[in-house]
Amino acid sequence: MTDKAAKWYWGIPLWILAIAFLAPFAWMLSTALKADVDAYKIPMQWIPDPFQWDNFKTVLVGETSVLASFGRSVFVAALRVAGELLTATMAGYAFARMTFKGRDKLFLLYLATAIIPAQLLLVPRFIYFQKLGLYDTLWALILPGMFTVLGTFLMRQFFVSQPAEFAEAARMDGANEWQIFSRIYLPLATPVLSALGILAFVWSWNDYETPLVLISSPDNYTLPLSLTNFVDEQGQIAPGLTMAASVVSIVPVLLVFVLLQRRFIAAMTHTGIK
Amino acid sequence: MTTTATVAAAPAVRAEKAPGIKPRGWIGFLFIAPNLLGVLAFTLIPLVSVIVLAFTDWNLVSGLGGITFNGLDNFAAIARDPGFWSAVGLTLVYVGVSVPLTVILGLALGIALNRPLPGRAVLRAIFFLPYIVNVVAVGMTWLMLMNPKAGLVNQVLDVFGIQPGWFASSHWALPALIVMAVWGGVGYCSLIYLSALQDAPRQLYEAADIDGAGVWAKFRTITWPSLLPTTVFLMVTLIIGASQGFGLIALITAGGPGDATTTISYYMYQTGFQFYRFGYASAIGLVTFVGVLALTLLTWRAQRGRALND
Repeated sequence: MTDKAAKWYWGIPLWILAIAFLAPFAWMLSTALKADVDAYKIPMQWIPDPFQWDNFKTVLVGETSVLASFGRSVFVAALRVAGELLTATMAGYAFARMTFKGRDKLFLLYLATAIIPAQLLLVPRFIYFQKLGLYDTLWALILPGMFTVLGTFLMRQFFVSQPAEFAEAARMDGANEWQIFSRIYLPLATPVLSALGILAFVWSWNDYETPLVLISSPDNYTLPLSLTNFVDEQGQIAPGLTMAASVVSIVPVLLVFVLLQRRFIAAMTHTGIK
Repeated sequence: MTTTATVAAAPAVRAEKAPGIKPRGWIGFLFIAPNLLGVLAFTLIPLVSVIVLAFTDWNLVSGLGGITFNGLDNFAAIARDPGFWSAVGLTLVYVGVSVPLTVILGLALGIALNRPLPGRAVLRAIFFLPYIVNVVAVGMTWLMLMNPKAGLVNQVLDVFGIQPGWFASSHWALPALIVMAVWGGVGYCSLIYLSALQDAPRQLYEAADIDGAGVWAKFRTITWPSLLPTTVFLMVTLIIGASQGFGLIALITAGGPGDATTTISYYMYQTGFQFYRFGYASAIGLVTFVGVLALTLLTWRAQRGRALND
């Protein structure tokens, strides 16, 4: 078998498998553009006839618009990413490149904390946030996401791999610690920063369990919660609207994925955490 | 706010510092302070609280003053709670089927995607896609795809004459969740394997080719051992993930039909946030955490033992 033939010999089955993998997304898109009566037609109708663009109109600007919750998701994600990048970078840098009393013990504590599942902390957070008046506000989602152990760990691993000589030389020249951090080491960290930023964005954007527990009023729903708006009390789903809203919810992550694919995949594969 | 303090503090240090001297201890602490305070407030204090709560009998209705310590009562109750043990069993089935399946299929896919293929980059992206999409969009889609009467999945299966009831059936609801989990995780596993395969020892393959080793022999003696650490890493992360998520279950089945999909994490969620039995829920959370930790360590140990034998 020639190389080219071998390529297709494996390529064709894999492409068929890939199309099967994509089928749920294709179904989502197709249903988003259909009238509800056509959603369960047998046999399945892949190309909507007629195209029901009204579904998108309804979920975007109609009575049940998800735009407000889209905006809340953007707000939450922006603050979480900014907070995470700032606090994790500074802490990770200090753990890696600065010496102070109790540093290694503190880092050990950080490592131990990293294995605690978020679910375990939901009960006490629920109670605290109620006492603090943060329950059912977006801050209940934002604040815990701004200070993460995992981000600190990621940044520390990066700064540890950078040479210490830069800092020593800069100190000789009279630079202070903030300058050494912000002018010398921070610019080197751009790839890791973008990886952490992508991760923090995806964590925040896709988070369903935290708002499920900590947000109660529809006026504070983030996007994943608001996708459940199109299910009535009997559990009947409005297919067209639900799928149109789902498509809208996927677009930002998809954009980040397509535009920054290589970095995105590196970020996901190097931390192994969703 | 702490950040501003750090910036402001920096010039003062500069004045009193001679060149070449190690930075003062408290500066490093200032760098860590913003993150540390947040971790303290939102992770460590809640952690301590959950441990304390596990030894109390408390529900939301009785208010903070209603917290009464009941020693090990919660843990004794857990041991006798049939709902808990049913949830443990279901979780073990769910984790025990979905995790190995995801890893094995991910490995096969990873090896396949490591070959020269037409449109390889696009293929890799396609398989990874389910992993990055939010659980509600994906869950709603599968719920409709697996509609027992008119869903696409059963239309396809009709060819083989089987019509599973999926989420409407107590036998098929858990398998339906497993199908979703595998679909969602395979592409991620294959990507992790891909990056590991790229570091595989090339000379060993060349030597094996000279010795005339077959495909299977090469896989067993070279590929598999070199991928073992990756496999363990994937097993551990997937076990942790699969044993903890309750979002999909809360969304699609609410633990049902009956208690057919009430896994341990959903049972905890129900106890805490539907029945407001916070003391009991905390105890369940703690027991689960210790159980998952033990399972994780066992997986890790098993791998280390095997690596030593080789």
